Amino acid sequence: MNTGQRTNGTDTRPPPWRDVRVLRITVQVAFLAGVAALLWLLANNLVQNMQAQGMRTDFGFLGQAAGFPLAGADFSSRDSIWAALVVGLRNTLVVSAWGIVLATVLGVFVGIARLSSNWLVRKCAAAYVEALRNIPLIVFLLFLYLAILQQLPRINDAIDGGGFVFSNRGLYAPWFDVDDDSGLFLGFCAVAIVLSIVVVRWRTRRFNATGQPHHRIVWGAVTFGVVVGVAWLALGQPVSVTLPVLDGRTVSGGYELTVEHGALLLGLVLYMAAFVAEIVRGSILAVPKGQAEAANALGLSGAQRYRHVVLPQALRIAIPPAGNEFINLAKNSALGIAIAFPELLRVTRIAIGQGQPAPQLIGIMMLMYLAISLTLSLIVNVLNRRLGLRGV
Amino acid sequence: MSEIKVHSSEYRPPPPDRPPSGTRSPGVWVRQNLFNTWYNSLFTLILVPAIGYVVYRAIRFVLVTARWEIVEVNLTNLMVGTFPRSELWRPWAAVAILALVIGLGLGVTARANVEAARIRGIELTTSWQQNARRAAPALLLVAALVTFVRTATPLILLAATVVLAVAGYLVGRRIPPHRRRWMHLAVITGLLGSYVVVTQFDGVSLDRWGGLMLTVFLAIGGIAMAFPVGVLIALGRRSTLPAIRLVSVVYIELIRGMPLIALLFMGWLILPFMLPVGFPTPGRTWRVVIILLLFTAAYVAEIVRGGLQSIPRGQYEAAQALGLPPWKTMRLIILPQALRNVIPAMVGQFISLFKDTSLVLIVGLTDLLAVARRVTQQPEFLGQGLHAETLLFVSFIYWVGSYWMSRESQRLETRLGLGER
Repeated sequence: MNTGQRTNGTDTRPPPWRDVRVLRITVQVAFLAGVAALLWLLANNLVQNMQAQGMRTDFGFLGQAAGFPLAGADFSSRDSIWAALVVGLRNTLVVSAWGIVLATVLGVFVGIARLSSNWLVRKCAAAYVEALRNIPLIVFLLFLYLAILQQLPRINDAIDGGGFVFSNRGLYAPWFDVDDDSGLFLGFCAVAIVLSIVVVRWRTRRFNATGQPHHRIVWGAVTFGVVVGVAWLALGQPVSVTLPVLDGRTVSGGYELTVEHGALLLGLVLYMAAFVAEIVRGSILAVPKGQAEAANALGLSGAQRYRHVVLPQALRIAIPPAGNEFINLAKNSALGIAIAFPELLRVTRIAIGQGQPAPQLIGIMMLMYLAISLTLSLIVNVLNRRLGLRGV
Repeated sequence: MSEIKVHSSEYRPPPPDRPPSGTRSPGVWVRQNLFNTWYNSLFTLILVPAIGYVVYRAIRFVLVTARWEIVEVNLTNLMVGTFPRSELWRPWAAVAILALVIGLGLGVTARANVEAARIRGIELTTSWQQNARRAAPALLLVAALVTFVRTATPLILLAATVVLAVAGYLVGRRIPPHRRRWMHLAVITGLLGSYVVVTQFDGVSLDRWGGLMLTVFLAIGGIAMAFPVGVLIALGRRSTLPAIRLVSVVYIELIRGMPLIALLFMGWLILPFMLPVGFPTPGRTWRVVIILLLFTAAYVAEIVRGGLQSIPRGQYEAAQALGLPPWKTMRLIILPQALRNVIPAMVGQFISLFKDTSLVLIVGLTDLLAVARRVTQQPEFLGQGLHAETLLFVSFIYWVGSYWMSRESQRLETRLGLGER
């Protein structure tokens, strides 16, 4: 451009309709305007249609009494709709969190089992993964719920043994019985955790400095046990384990999981574990073979080779895809609606069924799911940055 | 790999190890694979009775205790839902067209694979055992359907369909490379034709479809419509114009951040409100199709983006050096390579969509799963807890479909030379 100006003294810039810079800006402005116009049109139609049908377009209804009860939650029909949504969100979060933890544990086991040197173990793990991965989650959930858990015996003749009670009304497991001093006791537990971390760090430092065996796990566990044990005795045994006791038609004590909750959690865990297992297997196989061979050459045992060489490297490879599966699990918890578990989607659905305006409710629900997904992907990204491979 | 230079006069490579002898006695195999360490022996001893018990219970259920008459009586319902029985010839015609087209497509791909391998100097041969293993899942499905069929007509039609598929495959294998571009057209025509033959000419509107037929339509229709949209969004995601890139990213992330089932609710309850006042509301099935399209397009876009990123810069530069304008570079050089690289991932997305179509049950469509749920409410089966039978049948259909497609996709992946390092 400058050279052109210098040689013949006139502006040789192309006319605006051929100038790339002008064109780029025009195209973008036109595109954004088009998108904005489309969105405005949709929103405008929405408001007009709602008014035409006499629906309210504000969010005032959130404070009204819900008018419906929610099973298995501390919620009555006089609480507000907003409170109902919060109950739904809490159920979604709880089931997702437990689901992620348990699916990871099970998935790692199955993934390692797929690489076992035992033919039978390998084939069993492969059968498990292939059977579950190729059917839809909703079919599996319905199967668990309708064909297994609901076919459990009625509460009168529930399966009762080993501290567990199974019936078609609920699943009961041993749990902690907490009395009034429990807040103080939980405080002591927190102190115990901090102390044991300090002890573990001290043992590690000592090991690094002197090379003497650290036994840091033993030291940490003993510290924790001593502090918690002393606190437990000193506070007059504030927490005890209770077993569920079946007495005629009622069960007292223990932890109660409704059949719906149990089916959703179990379904999510078993199903997603198959996907996690594939990631674990792929990540272990992706660790260069030389690493395992080097570990063998150093004389590490099979377990040591896994623990110190293969798994730490496989973990780094596994983080991004496993993060995706965790997000999927949280999203899949919405399938609780198929088996009447009051999670976010089902609560929204019930509220809409009670005549509350659908657009606002679905908008709120969408934002909540989006928030969950984005938070999870943020956590995965941070983890990946902290633990992931650098410079690759 | 760095070459190790060795003087040939001094270095003699050691003689290669003898291959292990092929005949190992079963005892040796058992010792090596089941009892090679103490913990493996323990696992084996625990697993054998456990597996035995589970297999015994499963076989006993399937062959003895299960009451399969609920599936036998309702087989037509499960296949087509409440589709008018007088018009059943239409789905059969559609199935025939699809069988022909799919056979044709597989035949053409098989020949293309053989030719591509020959260029690389590999002679692809397939033994009949391999072919049998490939066809096994499909045969299993046909066998299961045959055991549930109670009249002769469906059997004859099913046999005719299989014959058509095989004929299509054989024709496909004979099509020479220069005619191959017409095959895309044939496949698209076949897909459209199978839709037209059911809905047009005094046909049956989409909202009366049901059962497996609806499931297959949602899956194929969803991916076919989402594909062009997804490619466009992927191109937008890679655009040099920041505004277009931003809008594409926001779209992809929004869709991917929400559960499909929640989006289906939106399509069911809110989409009608977003159309102009007085505009006729599209039928329930079309609303689901629109949502499946919007949802799948975001995932297709991410897959295609991966394919676009896998194309080396040199390809762009070479195209520029040849004087191709950007859109021609994309259309003639980049996209063909990128799309070929993502075929396995696209098959994976299709499988996932096939499974996800079962969610439409929640928004009131009568797909395969919905029919299976409803038949247990029939007066003669009500309250008898026959969920295991119906749900197992549905799972089996989904399982065969997904497993077969993922197997074929893995094959394709190795044939394309992807995943090789």
